[in-house]
Amino acid sequence: MFLVILYILLGIMGLIFIVPVWHVVMASFSEARLLASNTGVVLLPLGTPSIGGYKIVLTAPGIISGYGNTAFYVIVGTVISMLLTIMGAYALSRKGFEYRNVFMLILSFTMLFNGGMIPTYMVVRNLGLYNSRWAVIIPSAISVFNLIILRTAFQEVPASLEESAKLDGANEFTIMFRIIVPLAKASIAVVVLYYAVGIWNSWFPAMIYLKDRDKFPLQLILRETLLVNDSSMIASSADAQNATNLDRKLVKYCTIVVGTLPIMCFYPFIQKYFTKGVMIGAVKG
Amino acid sequence: MKFLRDIKRNPGLYIIMIPVLAFFIIFAYVPMFGIVMAFQNYTPKGGFFHSEFVGLKHFIDFFGSVYFGRTIGNTLAISILNLVFGFPIPIIFALMLNEVGNKYFKKTIQTVSYLPYFISVVVVCGLIADFTASDGLVTELIVALGGERMNYLGQAQFFRPIYILSDMWQGIGFNSIIYLAALSGIDQELYEAAALDGAGRWRQTLHVTLPGIASTVIILLILRMGSMFSVGYEKIILLYNTNTYETADVISSYVYRMGLQNMNYSYSAAVGLFNSVINTALLVISNKISAKFSDTSLF
Repeated sequence: MFLVILYILLGIMGLIFIVPVWHVVMASFSEARLLASNTGVVLLPLGTPSIGGYKIVLTAPGIISGYGNTAFYVIVGTVISMLLTIMGAYALSRKGFEYRNVFMLILSFTMLFNGGMIPTYMVVRNLGLYNSRWAVIIPSAISVFNLIILRTAFQEVPASLEESAKLDGANEFTIMFRIIVPLAKASIAVVVLYYAVGIWNSWFPAMIYLKDRDKFPLQLILRETLLVNDSSMIASSADAQNATNLDRKLVKYCTIVVGTLPIMCFYPFIQKYFTKGVMIGAVKG
Repeated sequence: MKFLRDIKRNPGLYIIMIPVLAFFIIFAYVPMFGIVMAFQNYTPKGGFFHSEFVGLKHFIDFFGSVYFGRTIGNTLAISILNLVFGFPIPIIFALMLNEVGNKYFKKTIQTVSYLPYFISVVVVCGLIADFTASDGLVTELIVALGGERMNYLGQAQFFRPIYILSDMWQGIGFNSIIYLAALSGIDQELYEAAALDGAGRWRQTLHVTLPGIASTVIILLILRMGSMFSVGYEKIILLYNTNTYETADVISSYVYRMGLQNMNYSYSAAVGLFNSVINTALLVISNKISAKFSDTSLF
């Protein structure tokens, strides 16, 4: 009896997680006319399954350039973030580095207290980064939390490896990238994912720092379509002038699918490392 | 001198640290210095050095305004509601999953429960707006259950429930991971011993399972307390509108609106500083307490 109730409750919870997502995907393949007048959950595409909505979304200005920009931000941003984070984590994990605790304190303090949104915004503007793609990447390049994860991993590499490399005349860079980093692959993967997913999801810095639409990341474009109720996307598509309202819902759902698909493709992979990351983070605190 | 000797001994490490330190100085410590703008009438032309100094004027303005009580009230209300409803649910979910014997069922539910976590905040807010519109999925459900048909997101009294429930939807699965790990760490022999002593399922849960995860729960709870005054602005900004400001506007969203939309730079920097100081104090206190309960603390 107890078990039956348990399974039913968990089953209902499972449905609550999955049904909204399923509804969106199925609705996105529906006929616009039927979808506009539909009420309730869409469990299968309404009418003949069609990709009409996707045609509108993918030919509208914004989505494609948003995708391109996001790809740039994710790739370049993650590389820069990883480089800086690895460098910091490496230096601060070396036992021979006498002042590492002082530097660690300088870094950790920023987790505790920061200048806040407005002074940070002013500093970025004063640096001349306003309306520059770098404003999206650089100001948030290092996360102290991620640096601590890597530092912990680097500390666990046996010191003897480093010493023998030093005897062979290897410099710090060689030790860092040839010895330490390859031995901390699991933690590196977790941190890469944290950065990449973080940048993929990010929209706020882009909104406050960027002016030109052609630099907007995907999330900012999605926000316009989904939340600001900007119908310019639909209106600008060739044959949809009179079908604007009819298409609105369909376009919304297609936009959601297009905007979420990449992360869902990586989802099984990401899931594994994210759960691993939670454990690393938990151990650290 | 000792410092110079260390530089001499580890030149490579210091070179590696330069870009890292530069980053923190420019993007963390210069903005901290930039807080002086909270005591000025900052103008972009005058900058941090030559803007007119006005002392505590902006703080006094904020404390005297209607927004002081409102934003603090909303911040606390959303935090506390989120804690009361959002905190226990992942624990209960983990406990339920833990009782499931069928491996495939457990795995499926678990995998599905992480799904919403990977949807970006913008898309989640888009879904919320769509589902709670007058012809949305959630609204249809409410109507079917005898409720009224309306645009729920546009109603001030529904903002908080929508915010909390959607947070729960997104976070339950992911937040339960840590408890599932704690649960799997409990020694199976304890269950066997309890069963031998005649303890049924409920008593086993009460006397073995719950004590087994108690320390994890306490630490996470204390750390949650530390962020009581920091409700993130992103989801608020995406979801609120002028109709719902009275229940939705939190300190951080107010800082954004005043500073970057209305260009009251100094005033909103002052409000932001006020918020940062409280946040820092709470974080320090909660970490002290957490360190007392265990070896776990942030710094």
